[in-house]
Amino acid sequence: MEIPNINKKQIANLLKNGKRLDGRTPFDYRDISIEAGISENAEGSARVKIGKTEVIVGVKMGVQEPYPDHEDEGTMMVGMEFNPICGERYESGPPKINAIEVARVVDRGIRESGFIDWKKLCIKEGEKVWCLMIDIYCVNDDGSVLDASALGAVTALRVARFPEYDEKEERVKFGEFTKNPLPLTDKVPFTITFHKIEGGILVDPNRNEEDTSKARMTFAISSPKKEHIINAMQKGGLVPISTKELEEMTSQCEKIYESIYPDINKKIEEFK
Amino acid sequence: MPYTKRPDKRKMDELRPIKTEIGVVPNADGSALFAFGKTLAIAAVYGPKHLHPQHMQKPDRGLIRCNYNMLPFSVTERARPGPSRRSKEIGLITENALSGVVDLTRFPSSVIDVEILIIQANASTRCAGINAAAMALAHAGIVMKEMVSSVSIGKIDDKIVTDIIKEEEDWKEGEGATDIPFTMTSNSKDITHLQLDGNISTKRLKEAVEAAKKACEKILDYQTRALKGEKINEIN
Repeated sequence: MEIPNINKKQIANLLKNGKRLDGRTPFDYRDISIEAGISENAEGSARVKIGKTEVIVGVKMGVQEPYPDHEDEGTMMVGMEFNPICGERYESGPPKINAIEVARVVDRGIRESGFIDWKKLCIKEGEKVWCLMIDIYCVNDDGSVLDASALGAVTALRVARFPEYDEKEERVKFGEFTKNPLPLTDKVPFTITFHKIEGGILVDPNRNEEDTSKARMTFAISSPKKEHIINAMQKGGLVPISTKELEEMTSQCEKIYESIYPDINKKIEEFK
Repeated sequence: MPYTKRPDKRKMDELRPIKTEIGVVPNADGSALFAFGKTLAIAAVYGPKHLHPQHMQKPDRGLIRCNYNMLPFSVTERARPGPSRRSKEIGLITENALSGVVDLTRFPSSVIDVEILIIQANASTRCAGINAAAMALAHAGIVMKEMVSSVSIGKIDDKIVTDIIKEEEDWKEGEGATDIPFTMTSNSKDITHLQLDGNISTKRLKEAVEAAKKACEKILDYQTRALKGEKINEIN
């Protein structure tokens, strides 16, 4: 259940002095651990833990008709669920708006960055294209599920391989895999969410900090060259964010990216 | 081709390598992971807690509520996410398999929620789920009269085999495949869950029960060791 106001006050007061209850500084992430290939029947899969938060992601592929306005491009679908396994506050039922928002922000980060070469997912123009189905499940929610989900989705895509495709019969041989990786580019999106708490801004909130948060801003950024490109953003929460705060977030975003992404990238490369 | 050898070279009464541990979901009151080879389930227990909707409350006893959830990417062809008729039935039989060993009179008007996720599937997913769920209940400190262990026994062609895999489940030749998932209690060896699809003579069913008894005893040993804190991983 949501934390008492007195704890929220404590979190806010500490943050005024740049401190947090678990000893981190405001722009410090908890330990991030990544595993790949956690589910063998999936074309690609990953487990990401940020502190005690855990998400698992699987990519399945299928063949379908392309959309009429993109006849030579593959398609993608992202689904997310806060299953009741991940915390006391979640109930079973169809994904609610918080899960839908996570899925859509993850989707946009991947789509807009140009990470996937859609044209190479075309089998027969106007008739058959590959469809990437990404399913994200939260196993334990201790805050920052969105950042973990985005990282999990990107990892699962990077380790995925095509299933066998029978060209004569024009159907997928499910359960049989090729060694061919997906057509990905170097524009790898990485997602960082800032939270505004009375008293300051922080990243990677744990559950209690996230409950204290008044507003949040998510950035999906990629950096194919020297420059940092923002591919998707999402403002959440009821309280407004000032332009000054936005500037601070933007500049912190670049710093955080530079300080943690290279290591994460190296880890993912090792799985391939 | 007659069925003489198992596709994964196991003995007829041999279990797949097992992986199991507790405490895999920090938020939950109790949790466990249980894997038969490539079939991997995790389960978490929340409760006992107040039961809503109110009309389901019973003043003299509590309720166990199970959700069995097969993840879309756990199978070869993507499964539609969300509940299906199949997952609802398995949720129900899991409730039945577990309720008998929990002293529900201790939790009047309350509910114990058991959530099961199948992360990777290669037959016997309900058995892996029940094993994990039983361990999660114990880990949550819920008072149980006995432990339960679950295994699927098969009659593949004319052979009784333990812990069948997908390839065996799909066996078409000879007498075909009969799949009999069992759940048994640890001390009295009572059956709290049994299902059967296929064809089997009453005589062979007795053999299957004996095989289940043996296998459940082995599984119980893994469950007990894991509940004492050991992380068991025979799968590499």
